[in-house]
Amino acid sequence: MAKAELMDYDKALELFEPVLGFEVHVELNTKTKMFCGCANEFGSGANTNTCPTCLGLPGGLPQVNKKAIESSIRLGLALGCEIAESSRFARKNYFYPDTAKNFQTSQYDEPIAFEGAVTIELESGRTITVDIERAHMEEDAGKLTHVGGATGRIQGSDYSLVDYNRGGVPLVEIVTKMIEGAEHDAPEIGRTYVHAIRDIVKALGVSNARMEEGNVRCDANVSLRPRGSGKLGTRTETKNVNSLRSVERAVRYEIQRQAAILAAGGTIIQETRHWHEDTGTTSAGRPKSDADDYRYFPEPDLVPVAPAREWVEELRGTLPEQPSLRRKRLIEAWGFTALEFQDIDNADLLDEVEATIAAGATPAAARKWWSGEIARLANAQGVPAGTLVSPQHVAELAALVDAGTLTDRLARQVLEGVIAGEGGPQQVVDARGLAVVSDDGALIAAIDDALAAQPDVLAKIRDGKVQAAGAVIGAVMKAMKGQADAARVRELVLERASAQ
Amino acid sequence: MTDLTRLSAAALSDLLSAGDVSSVDATRAHLDRIQAVDADVHAFLHVAGEKALATAAAIDARRASGEKLSPLAGVPIAIKDVLATNDMPSTSGSKILEGWLPPYDATVVRKLREADLVPLGKTNMDEFAMGSSTEHSAYGPTRNPWDLERIPGGSGGGSAAAVAAFEAPLALGSDTGGSIRQPAAVTGSVGVKPTYGGVSRYGAIALASSLDQVGPVSRTVLDAGLLHDVIAGHDPLDSTSLSDTWPSMADAARAGLVDGALKGIRVGVIKELSGEGFQAGVKQRFDEALTLLEAAGAEIVEVSAPSFEYAVAAYYLILPAEASSNLARFDSVRFGLRVNPEDGPVTVERVMSATRDAGFGPEVKRRIILGTYALSAGYYDAYYGSAQKVRTLIQRDFASAFEKVDVLVSPSAPTTAFKFGEKLADPMAMYLNDITTIPANLAGVPGMGLPIGLAPEDGLPVGLQLMTPARADARLYTIGAALEQLLEQKWGRTLLSQAPDLSATEMFASEEGAV
Amino acid sequence: MSEISAEQVAHLASLARIDLSQEEIASLTSELGQIVEAVAKVTEVAGPDVPATSHPLPLTNVFRDDEVVPSLTVEQALSGAPDRDGDKFKVAAILDEE
Repeated sequence: MAKAELMDYDKALELFEPVLGFEVHVELNTKTKMFCGCANEFGSGANTNTCPTCLGLPGGLPQVNKKAIESSIRLGLALGCEIAESSRFARKNYFYPDTAKNFQTSQYDEPIAFEGAVTIELESGRTITVDIERAHMEEDAGKLTHVGGATGRIQGSDYSLVDYNRGGVPLVEIVTKMIEGAEHDAPEIGRTYVHAIRDIVKALGVSNARMEEGNVRCDANVSLRPRGSGKLGTRTETKNVNSLRSVERAVRYEIQRQAAILAAGGTIIQETRHWHEDTGTTSAGRPKSDADDYRYFPEPDLVPVAPAREWVEELRGTLPEQPSLRRKRLIEAWGFTALEFQDIDNADLLDEVEATIAAGATPAAARKWWSGEIARLANAQGVPAGTLVSPQHVAELAALVDAGTLTDRLARQVLEGVIAGEGGPQQVVDARGLAVVSDDGALIAAIDDALAAQPDVLAKIRDGKVQAAGAVIGAVMKAMKGQADAARVRELVLERASAQ
Repeated sequence: MTDLTRLSAAALSDLLSAGDVSSVDATRAHLDRIQAVDADVHAFLHVAGEKALATAAAIDARRASGEKLSPLAGVPIAIKDVLATNDMPSTSGSKILEGWLPPYDATVVRKLREADLVPLGKTNMDEFAMGSSTEHSAYGPTRNPWDLERIPGGSGGGSAAAVAAFEAPLALGSDTGGSIRQPAAVTGSVGVKPTYGGVSRYGAIALASSLDQVGPVSRTVLDAGLLHDVIAGHDPLDSTSLSDTWPSMADAARAGLVDGALKGIRVGVIKELSGEGFQAGVKQRFDEALTLLEAAGAEIVEVSAPSFEYAVAAYYLILPAEASSNLARFDSVRFGLRVNPEDGPVTVERVMSATRDAGFGPEVKRRIILGTYALSAGYYDAYYGSAQKVRTLIQRDFASAFEKVDVLVSPSAPTTAFKFGEKLADPMAMYLNDITTIPANLAGVPGMGLPIGLAPEDGLPVGLQLMTPARADARLYTIGAALEQLLEQKWGRTLLSQAPDLSATEMFASEEGAV
Repeated sequence: MSEISAEQVAHLASLARIDLSQEEIASLTSELGQIVEAVAKVTEVAGPDVPATSHPLPLTNVFRDDEVVPSLTVEQALSGAPDRDGDKFKVAAILDEE
C-alpha cells in the first residue's frame, strides 16, 4: 500500500484548524468482573475465569459489581462530573467473536457521570480546560489471537483463537466534548490530557493505570476545519494508541495526513484507523457505515442504578487531591524550578519524593537522591525506583549526610547496602564500618604519617603553598578508606603542618 | 394396584411420605406410561430413563434411613427444554442447540433437585418459545392428548401434554406471552405464570427478558402451588428477581377449599376480553364459570381495559426486539451448531450467517428480523419506543381495574385446540391466540389458567384465566382452588379424567367408530 | 413508514447475521409487511406524555459484592465448543476488524 502523503505540520496548521476528541477506556482493578463473580485477573490461563454469564451461554444473566459502581462514581467525581440520579445500562448490539453475547452491556442515554472538566497545563504554561461529555460503565471483550498471518494481525490469518478471561472486565469510558482552539498544541494536548486521566485514575486507586498493559486505552478523534469556513471537517477515529507518546504522534500524523488530502481537493472518509507504533502511521480500518447501527436499547436484564446522594457525598469525601492541584501545591512548597519538578514528575517519583520529605529530608536532598542515584540504579535494573528503597530510608540517608556522618560518596555505598537488603542506613553504616571518622586523634595520626612520608609537601605547605596540601589530603583519605571528612582533614593538615 | 400415573402430585406425595409407594415405583410407572404413549404424543424430547430411576432410588434410600424430606420429594417431574439441565440436552426446541449439554443447571432446576423431585426428561416446545402451538419445534410437533390431530398449545405444548397425558404429574414451563396458560387451556390442565421476578430466570434460555417467567404446569391447582413453592424466591444471579418472601402457594390453595372462600370476592370481567368474537363454546363455558362464582358469593364486575387493544401489537414489537438481541449469542463459536458456508471464503462472519440460517426455523428468523427492524436507527421511537409506552398504559389499566376488583378473569384462549396447520399460513392469526394472555406479561402481573369444561361443539377443553395484582400470586391459588372445587363438584369428577384413552393401540377421538 | 422493502429485509438479515435465500427474503418481506402494519398501531396511543416502561416491576440498585465466585473449569467452559485449540475457542479467519 502506498505510503500516505503528509503535509508539513506548520503548513497544515496555516490552512486548517484541528478539532479533537478523545475516548479513554479505563480498566478498573476490581476483584471481579463487571457483571459476574469471575476473577478480574490479568495473565490467568486461557478461559479459566469464565461462567455462563461472561461466556454468553444460553441462560446466563448479569449481576452488577457494586465496587465497579463505586469506582465509576469516584472517577466521575474526580473528573468534575455530575453523578446521575438514575443511570441505566444499555445493550450495544454487534457481532464479533470476542464479544460472547454479541452485544456489549454498556450505557447509552443515561450514563453514570456527565458534564465534567479536566484542566491540563502544557509545557509552555498554557492551560486548557478539556470538557468531559460523559463517563460511562461498560464491559471489556475477550482476547483474540490471529494465527497464520505474517504479522499476527487479522489480515492474512488462517484462523483465530478466543480467550474470554478479559470478557466482562469492568471499563469506564471517558468521552470528551469537542476540543477546539488547540492549534499547534493539538498533539501535546492529546498526550497531556491522557496523562492527566492516567494520573487521576492512579491517584484514585481504581485502576493499575498501566498503558502498556492496556489498563488505559485511548482512541483519538481528529478532524480539520478549513480556516474561515466555519464548517467542521469529517473526523477519523484512531485506535490502538497505547502510550502517551503514541497519542501525541498519532494526533500529529492525522493532522498532517488529512491536511494533505484536503489540500489536494480530496475528502476524508469517516472511518476507524489503526495506529502503527513501528511505522508511526495510521492505516484505514473499517469504514464507519450503516453496519454500525448498534440498535441500543435499555438492558432488560438489569435494573437502574440510582446512587443515593448521601452515598455520592460520602464517596466525594474519599477523593484524593486532584493531581494538577497537587502539582501546583508541591512545586510551590518545594521551591523547585519547573524543570526540576518535571524531572521527578515525568519519572513518576512525586509520591516517593513527597514521602521522603515527610520523613524529614529537605526537598533538595530528596530530589537529589531519587532522581539521581536511585533512578540510575532503577533504570539499570529495569525496575520502578520505588521498589528499590523506601522513602524512610532515603530520609535517614540524607540525615546521615547532613550530620556529617557520611560523605556523599560513602552515602552511595550505604545506599547500595540498603538496596541489597542489608538493613536500614544506620545498620549498613555500622555493619560495614562506613561512618566518617570523627575522632580527630585518628585523623591526626594518619596526617602525621602522611606528612612524614612527604617531607617536600610539608615544606611547601610551610612555605605558604597551601594547594600542595592536596597530595597529603589525598593520602590521608586513602589511608582512611574515604571515611573522613575531606574538609576537616584539610584543616588539620594545615594545622599540623604549621605546628611542626 | 392404583395406577400411579393417575394420581395428583399431592396424592402421590402422601403415599410416598407414608412409605406406601416408593419413588422408584412411581418413576417407573411414569416411564412406562411415556413408553406407551409418547410415540403418539411426542411430549418429550429426552427421557431420563435409567438416570431417573437412579435418582429415585437414592431418594428412597434416604427416606428409608429416616431423613425428613420435602413435600414433593420423590415425585417425578418433566422439564421444558428451555431450561438448562447439566445432565440432559437443552435445545430450546431448536436445531441450533441440538445435543447441547449445558455445563450448569438453571436455578429452578437446582431447586428441584434440592427438593428431591425426580427429573423425568425434557419436554418439547416451539423453537425458542416462539409460538402458540408447538408446531414450530425443530423436532416435530407435540400432539394434544385430547385429539392427536390437534395442537397442544404453545410454546409449552410438551409440558402441558405431558401432564394431560399422565406422563408426569408435574412439569416446569415458561411463559412469555401465554406459553404456560394457553397450553393449559387447550389441554385441560393447570398452569401458572408467577409475578415477574417471582421465579429466577437464570438458566432459562432467554426469549424476551422483560416478559419471560418460569412457572408450574400440573393437573390441579394444589399441585401447581406445591411446585410453585419449590421454585419461587429471590436469586442473586437474576438481577430482576424480587426479594420478597413469598407465602406458601400450596397453603393458599388449601385456603380456597374452605367454605365461603369466595364470599365477597370481587371478580372483574375484562370487557375487551370477555369472549366477544371468541369461539361460542369457549364463551359459553366462561359465562357458566362466572355464574358458578357468583353463586358461591363472588361479585361479578365489568371492568374496561381500553389499552388492551394494543397489547398484541406492543408485544410483537417488544418480544422480537429483545429476542433479536438475546439470540445473537447463537453464533457457532462457543456452543451449538456450526455450519460452514457452501461456497466462497470461510470467514467467521460467513460461518455465523450460514449457521444461523441453517439452525433457526422460519418463525425465529421472522421475529429476529422484525426485532432488528424495530430497534433500528430511525425506527426505534416509532416501534420499540412506542411499544414500551403502551406497556405503561396497560399497567395503568390493570392498576385502575384492581382498585375495583380483587381478581380479573377472561377465557385463557379465544378457541379450543385447532388442527395442525390451521394457523401456520398467517403469522398474525397465530399471534392473536395470545390476545388474552399477553397483557399479564406486559404488566408483570401473575396469571393462572385452569380448565372450566369442554366446549360443546367439539368436546375439547376450555380454560379460564385468573389474574391478580403483582405479588398477589397467593390470591390466584385461593380463588383458583375454590373455582376448581366448584367445577369438580359440579362434574362429579376431574376434567382430565374425561380425556380419551391413549393406549398402545391408538384411535383418534375424532375418528369414526371411536368409543 | 409501515412498508418494509426487500432491500431492507436483506440489510436487516445482514445486521442479524442470518444468511437468507432469495425466497426467504421474498416471503419475509411480505409477512413482515403485514405484521408491521398491524403493530404500527402502537403509535396511535404512545403520546409524548406517556413514559416508557422497560421493567414491569420497578427495582433499583441491585448489586453484587466484589467477591470472587468459583468459575467454570476450563473443560466445562469449552465443553460445547465446536472447535478448539488447547484451551481456546477456535474460529475461522475474521474478515472485519472491530
